Amino acid sequence: MATSTSSTVTLNINGEKHTLSVDHRTTLLDALRERLDLTGTKKGCDQGQCGACTVLVDGRRTVSCLQLAVASDAREITTVEGLAEGDRLHPVQQAFLDLDGFQCGYCTPGQICSAVAVIEEHAAGWPSAATGDVRPEAGPPALTPEEIRERMSGNLCRCGAYVQIVQAVARAAAETRTETEEAAA
Amino acid sequence: MKEFDYRRADDVSGAVALLGDDPDARYLGGGTNLVDLMKSGVERPARLVDVRTLPLDRIEPADDGGLRIGATVTNSDLAAHPGIRNRYPALAQAVLAGASGQLRNMATVGGNLLQRTRCGYFTDVSKPCNKRVPGSGCPAVEGEHHNHAVLGASEHCVAVHPSDMGVALTAFDAVVSYETADGAAELPLADLYLPVGETPHRETALPPGALITGVTLPPARVAARSRYRKVRERASYAFAIGSVAAALDVSGGVVREARLAFGAVASRPWRAHTAERVLTGAPATAEYFAAAADAELAAARPLPDNGYKVTLMRNLVVAVLSELAEEAAR
Repeated sequence: MATSTSSTVTLNINGEKHTLSVDHRTTLLDALRERLDLTGTKKGCDQGQCGACTVLVDGRRTVSCLQLAVASDAREITTVEGLAEGDRLHPVQQAFLDLDGFQCGYCTPGQICSAVAVIEEHAAGWPSAATGDVRPEAGPPALTPEEIRERMSGNLCRCGAYVQIVQAVARAAAETRTETEEAAA
Repeated sequence: MKEFDYRRADDVSGAVALLGDDPDARYLGGGTNLVDLMKSGVERPARLVDVRTLPLDRIEPADDGGLRIGATVTNSDLAAHPGIRNRYPALAQAVLAGASGQLRNMATVGGNLLQRTRCGYFTDVSKPCNKRVPGSGCPAVEGEHHNHAVLGASEHCVAVHPSDMGVALTAFDAVVSYETADGAAELPLADLYLPVGETPHRETALPPGALITGVTLPPARVAARSRYRKVRERASYAFAIGSVAAALDVSGGVVREARLAFGAVASRPWRAHTAERVLTGAPATAEYFAAAADAELAAARPLPDNGYKVTLMRNLVVAVLSELAEEAAR
């Protein structure tokens, strides 16, 4: 069988298509930062343990350090650069700013991408390890601080801004709920 | 990382053909374990066959009334599935107790079963390890082993299987479906993992080149009252130091049926058949729950620094079964 160690892929990032040739060893994280100058996504541990590199792939939060670029071909990728609408920040971004959800800021893009997905996962009724009764008949869990802490546990913050991060996620989730309700009314 | 060829399979037979009988080829699912091991040099495949996009991403009713879970269903989708949460709640809890939201979105059911141990000697290529380099020795026996096996290990390897999902699947008699060039086949999850003995590098009974295509849960009424409890060194996002998947059917204060499996104590998810036999027909009280745990753990052979696991598992069993019994009495 003929073998090849690189491929041409088309990465659909923040609604824009980028076609490039990648060595198969390239992670999505390295493709974003080193090839496409999208340096908002951060490299922390590079082992899937810290969450700094979190992006959304087909709407689902993913650690881009363990995702091969070649396996990301044709999938829809959203990075922190793609969350705002023009000058209007995403509610999660605005809440992190307003409530001091960071200190040094290095983990922040990953925290924000993760929080965007947490709010969607919760809205879809997903339980978590903090959910007392996972059976559907128990109904969706309220997004309590305990639930937020558990759902955000894949994002480490070495400055320890967790208290404000939990508050920021809670506020953004409440705003998102209100917007959804207003849109439905 | 070593350079490698990459292929994406369109269907199951195509994936099996792409892998062939090449011992240096690997299937790529979510990659959460494999890509990490490739970075550290533990895995050095010459070719990856990407199976993530195969049409195996559904959870469907099985003919016998159970549920069939496709191999590429993600941990997230498994844990969120209403049928799983309703009929096998301990399985949803086990999956949710593992890893992080990001990793659960990527990781697949097939990959979960075939993930490798997190033993620090296995993951460090500068150290000897009988699992990684057969015959090189096991430094864990006399070294760092506070999180290693107390059941079913050998002097050649004391590593534990890290899966939470697998513990609940084992308690519920899951059956693994796989495909080879000879066609489809299946084997009980209980028979998937080989005894450690002198060959810790031989981990599963799957034939070379086999691709796991799914896992089937037989119908089990007892599973509707089930629970997974995991103990770890921090509150979230850590591997277990001990865990229990339990299901209990109690009637008139007597145990009619019990299911019990342990995690993080052996090279595989450990089904506690001895304890189940003690429980069946016994009064549903803490005293008998403890006796059942003791009967199972009589086979434990702890090392100097992991004897705490025997006590931990006994306490876990009593606590989880007591909660289930209390729930049943309500």
